[in-house]
Amino acid sequence: MKRPEKPWINPYLGGVLLGLVLFAAFFITGNGLGASGGFQRIWVWLEDFVASGHVDRTGYLANYAGGDKNPLDLWIVPLLIGVPIGGFVSSWFSGRFKVRTGKGPNITVRTRWAFAFIGGTIMGFGARFARGCTSGQALSGGAVLSVGSWAFMFAMFAGGYAVAWFVRKLWT
Amino acid sequence: MVPILAIAPFPIEADLGKWLAYGLYLIIGILFGTALEQAGFAYSPNLAAQFYLKDMRVLKVMFTAIITAMTLIFLSSGIGILDYTKVFVDPTYLWPGIVGGIIMGVGFAIGGFCPGTSATAAATGSIDALFYLGGIFTGIFAFGETVDSFAEFWYGWSMGRFTLPDWLNISTGATVVLVILVALVFFWAAEWFEKKFGGIDRKTLPRIRYVGAAVFLVLGVVVMLIGQPGWEQKWERISAEKTEVLNNREVQIAPGELLDLMNNNKIKLVMLDVRSESEYNLFHLAWSKQVDPTAEAVDALVPDLLDNPAKTAVVTMSNGEIDATQAWKVLVAEGVPNVYILDGGLNAWLDIFAGSDIHPVTYPVADDQPRFVFTSAVGSAYSASFPDAEEYELEYTSKVKLAEQAGPEAGGCG
Repeated sequence: MKRPEKPWINPYLGGVLLGLVLFAAFFITGNGLGASGGFQRIWVWLEDFVASGHVDRTGYLANYAGGDKNPLDLWIVPLLIGVPIGGFVSSWFSGRFKVRTGKGPNITVRTRWAFAFIGGTIMGFGARFARGCTSGQALSGGAVLSVGSWAFMFAMFAGGYAVAWFVRKLWT
Repeated sequence: MVPILAIAPFPIEADLGKWLAYGLYLIIGILFGTALEQAGFAYSPNLAAQFYLKDMRVLKVMFTAIITAMTLIFLSSGIGILDYTKVFVDPTYLWPGIVGGIIMGVGFAIGGFCPGTSATAAATGSIDALFYLGGIFTGIFAFGETVDSFAEFWYGWSMGRFTLPDWLNISTGATVVLVILVALVFFWAAEWFEKKFGGIDRKTLPRIRYVGAAVFLVLGVVVMLIGQPGWEQKWERISAEKTEVLNNREVQIAPGELLDLMNNNKIKLVMLDVRSESEYNLFHLAWSKQVDPTAEAVDALVPDLLDNPAKTAVVTMSNGEIDATQAWKVLVAEGVPNVYILDGGLNAWLDIFAGSDIHPVTYPVADDQPRFVFTSAVGSAYSASFPDAEEYELEYTSKVKLAEQAGPEAGGCG
């Protein structure tokens, strides 16, 4: 049975909901929310299968999976696993689960896929560079008033606006 | 003894066991994904619209989430149910963070997602999110393989736990109000842009948002009026338990143990010499740091001490034990882990290590006054500043147990 598609909730209300989840995470665990750290750990876990020696020899990777360390053994990994579960359940009950490609009106689906991959690559690199992504740095660090997180957040918006005009064909 | 209610955040991995704790994190993740999806963050055109000023959903959701969580966190901390020193604050690496932020912004505008939203979107059927996820792993791979070549930059500009109140030099409560005001100005500007570029009329937006804005401002002012607890209030909560620790002399370490710590390169040792600068200049231990014997001066060191790695021991010392014990109370109240006191102070230290050229005075001295007289300022250029451990081979009851760092050190996007 197809559920009727509900509109997204008001952004301010959505923000309050997200803020309550963020607060609950901090209050109960002392940690905020995060995503890219989980991706990093899943990646190193895969890399450790294929090239264990290389992981042990590369200082940055060895921090996660050097020797006997299991890179998946940190809270951020179960948290990240929960995110798509929540996304699926929420979209299903709101009638918004739909196989589709979100894109601007003037590009093909394939072009969108290619740029999604490119954008993801840049984002993955940048998120590790910044030691966290929109969730771990901007939201979590912003809420607990970290100076670095606020600087990061404005830099992120600046980066986005700086290239928006050049990639306007993708979205408008 | 009054039972002490546990103060948040809770050591859930210790209390519940790892798997239950991870189950709790899974639930938090599910709620996180639900909130993102409900807010419309699982559809890339909604996110990209932010950069074309047509639909400022991203900014509205993010800043509302930040001020909601922020207000509740500092309200909880103000009324004493949450210990902010145990909350993970992303350490500041200023320029790496800014450069990373700019790169991410570029990836955001091109790819239409950020990492968390792409994980959500992929589970709602968005195929573009799958490609985006493939990109994220590629980017993470590229970073891991190249970071060692620009490590100096990436580890640079490290400022530790550095918060806006520290930077602005205003109270936490005032910062909370300021951030709320900034967010409201942003919301006002966002709606102005939406009208100009997206044709969304303000009058069609729910009026209750004005009530919401007022509620935030009132709560912000409440946070400011309550203030944040100082070390005295925090000490009140734990004084019964910690006074017993002091009376049982569980944290007063013998000179021999301190000397072994000084020679132990597997741990980080922070020695705080809580005496006046003139006494410190006359004689002090090698690598010790002078801090004025006032609670304020000791309290000012707390942010730096909370930044230390897990295997860090802090040892306070004065001539006797009074000022060192006072400093210990401040640090323990503020949540600094692994703090110890030099047993008997520097007087007891010199009883063992002073050379034949320095004699103790023959008359009794008041507590915490120097018992050895230095006629010239030797600083740390004296044999007793860093005695040769092998020469003495002192026996003592070891008291130092390095507990894990109190704050969740691998938090954030670890």
